Amino acid sequence: MLIPCPLCGARDLREFTPKGAAVTLHRPDVGAGLDAWNDYLHLRDNPAGPTRELWWHGSGCGAWLVVERNTLTHEVSGARLAEEEAGA
Amino acid sequence: MTVLTPQRALDGQELRHGNLQLSTVALGRVTWVAPYPGEETALSHALQSACSMSFPGPGESRESTAGRILWSGRAQALLIGPHPSAAIEKCAAVVDQTDGWAAMRLGGASAAQVLARLTPLDLRPSHFPRGRTARSLLGHVPVLLVAIENGFEIFVMRSMSETVRHEIETAMRSTAAREKIPTAHA
Ligand SMILES: [Zn+2]
Repeated sequence: MLIPCPLCGARDLREFTPKGAAVTLHRPDVGAGLDAWNDYLHLRDNPAGPTRELWWHGSGCGAWLVVERNTLTHEVSGARLAEEEAGA
Repeated sequence: MTVLTPQRALDGQELRHGNLQLSTVALGRVTWVAPYPGEETALSHALQSACSMSFPGPGESRESTAGRILWSGRAQALLIGPHPSAAIEKCAAVVDQTDGWAAMRLGGASAAQVLARLTPLDLRPSHFPRGRTARSLLGHVPVLLVAIENGFEIFVMRSMSETVRHEIETAMRSTAAREKIPTAHA
């Protein structure tokens, strides 16, 4: 499996570490209710198909990426820097 | 007063197997440079006036009479040779890592075949031409690879340099041995 790092180009899986669904980039506001925080911390979808995940290019450039991956085929269709999405 | 003599990591003989040579590289001063957020352009200007080099983009390196600067990861680079100017220190985090790194040079026609046994990088000249840099793994060790004329430079944390040299030497032996096998003609 190759992941297309925006900084490094297509790189081998062994250079990366996965960190689960990319929903963690979008924290609820401090004042959000308990339900919102409970969802954020504990509830995850389990999609059969396209998914967005955080991967760390730790043995490469060190950047966090949002990777679009299909859980049925393992096809990776894109990756962007997490800092771009977190800053948006 | 006691005078301490600096000792390089990886002192010793150059290794030769077949067309391959592995030698150590004397780096001199090594400075880790990471621009503060929003200061990338200012850093590039400071580098330009102090060392006649701009800050390298991802996977790039620059060279001047003052020395070299090698991209070494997201928003960071290694400045090899010159001491950083005060203007550089104003717009970037700057750390002297001279004693933290060791470097080797692997040369020879089959240098890429040797490293292909150890790293997942695509080392073909079309993908990794001279002057390109890449962070990757060599065996299980994190390294910074630089494509140079007729070979590669391998930068590694000093504490793991003997391991890396051993890994490379083993791969050099195998690669050189394979090249002695006569090619079968159909
Ligand atoms: Zn990367």
